[in-house]
Amino acid sequence: MAREVSTGRKALVTAVAWGIGLLIFFPILWTVLTSFKTEGEAVAPHPSFLFFDWTLENYETVNARSDYLLHFWNSVVIALGSTLVGLLIAIPAAWSMAFVPGRRTKDLLMWMLSTKMMPAVGVLVPIYLLARDTGLLDTRVGLVAVLTLVNLPIIVWMLYTYFKEIPGEILEAARMDGASLGSEILYVLTPMAVPGIASTLLLNVILAWNESFWTLNLTAANAAPLTAFIASYSSPEGLFYAKLSAASTMAIAPILILGWFSQKQLVRGLTFGAVK
Amino acid sequence: MATQASRITGRLMLSPAVILLLLWMIVPLAMTIYFSLLRFNLLMPGTEAFAGFENYQYFFTDPSFWPALANTLTLLLGVLAITVVGGIGLAVLLDQPMWGQGIVRILVIAPFFVMPSVSALVWKNMLMNPVNGLFAALARGLGLTPVDFFADVPLASIIVIVAWQWLPFATLILLTAMQSLDQEQMEAAEMDGAGWFWRFLHLTLPHLTRAITVVVLIQTIFLLSVFAEILVTTNGGPGTASTTLTFLVYMQSMLQFDVGLGSAGGIVAVILANIVAVFLMRMIGKNLEG
Amino acid sequence: MGEIALSQVKKSFGGVSIIQGIDLTIADGEFVVFVGPSGCGKSTLLRLIAGLEDASSGTIAIDGRDATRLPPARRGLAMVFQSYALYPHMSVRKNIAFPLRMAGVPKAEQERKVEAAAKILNLVPYLDRRPGQLSGGQRQRVAIGRAIVREPAAFLFDEPLSNLDAALRVSMRQEISELHQTLKTTMIYVTHDQVEAMTMADKIVVLNAGRIEQVGSPIDLYRSPVNLFVAGFIGSPKMNFIEGAEAARHGAHTLGIRPEHIAVAEGGPWKGVVGISEHLGSDTFLKVEVAGVGTVNVRAGGEVALRYGDAVALAPQADKFHRFDATGKAL
Repeated sequence: MAREVSTGRKALVTAVAWGIGLLIFFPILWTVLTSFKTEGEAVAPHPSFLFFDWTLENYETVNARSDYLLHFWNSVVIALGSTLVGLLIAIPAAWSMAFVPGRRTKDLLMWMLSTKMMPAVGVLVPIYLLARDTGLLDTRVGLVAVLTLVNLPIIVWMLYTYFKEIPGEILEAARMDGASLGSEILYVLTPMAVPGIASTLLLNVILAWNESFWTLNLTAANAAPLTAFIASYSSPEGLFYAKLSAASTMAIAPILILGWFSQKQLVRGLTFGAVK
Repeated sequence: MATQASRITGRLMLSPAVILLLLWMIVPLAMTIYFSLLRFNLLMPGTEAFAGFENYQYFFTDPSFWPALANTLTLLLGVLAITVVGGIGLAVLLDQPMWGQGIVRILVIAPFFVMPSVSALVWKNMLMNPVNGLFAALARGLGLTPVDFFADVPLASIIVIVAWQWLPFATLILLTAMQSLDQEQMEAAEMDGAGWFWRFLHLTLPHLTRAITVVVLIQTIFLLSVFAEILVTTNGGPGTASTTLTFLVYMQSMLQFDVGLGSAGGIVAVILANIVAVFLMRMIGKNLEG
Repeated sequence: MGEIALSQVKKSFGGVSIIQGIDLTIADGEFVVFVGPSGCGKSTLLRLIAGLEDASSGTIAIDGRDATRLPPARRGLAMVFQSYALYPHMSVRKNIAFPLRMAGVPKAEQERKVEAAAKILNLVPYLDRRPGQLSGGQRQRVAIGRAIVREPAAFLFDEPLSNLDAALRVSMRQEISELHQTLKTTMIYVTHDQVEAMTMADKIVVLNAGRIEQVGSPIDLYRSPVNLFVAGFIGSPKMNFIEGAEAARHGAHTLGIRPEHIAVAEGGPWKGVVGISEHLGSDTFLKVEVAGVGTVNVRAGGEVALRYGDAVALAPQADKFHRFDATGKAL
């Protein structure tokens, strides 16, 4: 039972928490605000917080550059593509591990996890060379393939922890009721697992969208998603703060919104069910 | 427990995932090990030759190796210290009754969703830039000399950026763990006359131990491969002041095209990560029993 | 029709033998209860009949047809699970209709059968609710409804009442018995509660460690248990077992006598002192320390006013003694 707390104490906690929260959020807020400034105001020696001439010109400029849209589209294709392919491979695997576990299922799960722990830099060279020799370097297909494999263990694990919560008796009941394996998965398991599959999809899109090792190393001009595109801003020429802010805002906004919806699942997904 | 038929179906459904991951793990790793034993430079094709452990010798005696190892560990420990201590503090704070708790949570969690290249650029240009950055403006406002963060304290600056990205993660997980704390136990301790600090020390912290361990281990896995933040801000410099192992391997293989040397470095990184991984797997494995 | 015949059915999991050669015939229309302590293999036996597990060896025939290798869906049986196993995302109506939908029954007929089942089970007002909005007893009825509509050869119940509170358990028990009277379909019912077994069964199968100890009507098992295990398991409160000189005097290694067959009587042969006395109103349960015999549980009349420490004389009914040899077999 939650107990009554004195209003004074609650007000104090509220003030401190809001203060710290805003401080942590500030770099993002500042970026968003700057994106609405002119380049001149963006680098003013005495920056103004809210009282400046709000403008949308940075967004117009950034959007007018076709390469921005290309990279945005690359991000969408790569994040969604790798997630969907991953789900397609992981759903049957997680079904099998959750409902027909064998003696080695646990070892198998741990082994899958261990592939995730291999530092990317350890296999950078061969993956780069393989991609180059198969013509997949700087292609969206190549990146989808790599990110699918990178995140497959997380997808399998998340789905497994969700499927585990569906009582096996319900699937057995379906079998007794005359359902074939196909009907069992289609009419009983999938509808019950939809929330879990949705959270897995959400978290994985976020992870793939922000993945910054392979996307930076395996792409150049064509398949580069936003991570790589934004990174190319690192050597500035002239006044560019406001435009950088506009591009950044557009790059993080969709994922920030998705992320806020997936807070709870995030914990489970990233700790492999160790913290709930 | 199931019938033969469903077990066979299960195996079939499991195999694509297993086979793909097996290939993904074994093929590149075997290639890396093989390359690490060769003299192999992409700029000089056709000159590959077996070199034994020469690359490892070069890698360990490279003047950048020890600084890179030290930087890797400093980055790791610095970020861990900030995020764990800060995370516990924030989790305790956010667990208190307050107005607008949901909104504060949203504010605190936000940096985790910002892609590394964006957060690095934002910090580098808009906050830490010695001329146009906000910190410089604040310093001037207070009559101080602005600090040139990436020239004077490059590693510390990177630690701050990375810690900012990971603090939300630690907070979220510790807060989740905190909310499963047995309230009756707390009330029983209160009845027994235990003060706030005693309860924090003897009930809250032990309850959080497991979550803290998970935070430390998972962050370690990710922090050992921090890359974009360094690439965007300092490119490892000045000198080797902010070069980590990951970045060193990247420079050797992708900038100097020395595949043999880079591969040897990669294997060293794999071994280091595996030491951490063993502990993490034990933790998660224990949880699987339940 | 619903005649089920098991012959030499065995099951082992990874070298551990769970079911060790069961022969059993269940007649059409019979209410059979599998009873035994937890881990005795009764649920596994039921799952073998259902087809949810493969038998390691032996045959299972349903209506004379070998069903050993048939998948569960094709055995024509319906099962009610311990957790009810309702589909949480479907309304009660859809839950009950699910087996019909799987069998490709036309919509109109589905509707008619669901309505009929709902009427029998008093579920009509709840048809459009989700399982999550129902009480335990109502969920139980939905699970039964889902089984009824299939018109199965036999119903299988896996400890269906164990998640209900005591009062509800008694009324559901009666409902299931009434259902059996109405439908006259074969029912196989698994429980660890010997009261459920005694009150519901036409035939009780007592299982222990993967073997059948005894098969018989409730009253048979009560009157003439074949061994110590059955004697101790059937009947409440438990039969008293007496060893030593008193048993030897009756020519047995172990002597059994049920608490209800011992009377409190002046001049009875067993003299003792009352330990605990539990007054239930209708009965009084006494724990009496009898010299030379040991601790004896007695079920006395409701108005017996004995208390802790009172001296008492007991008279066991001579014709109600059960005698067992050293291996536990009845003599």
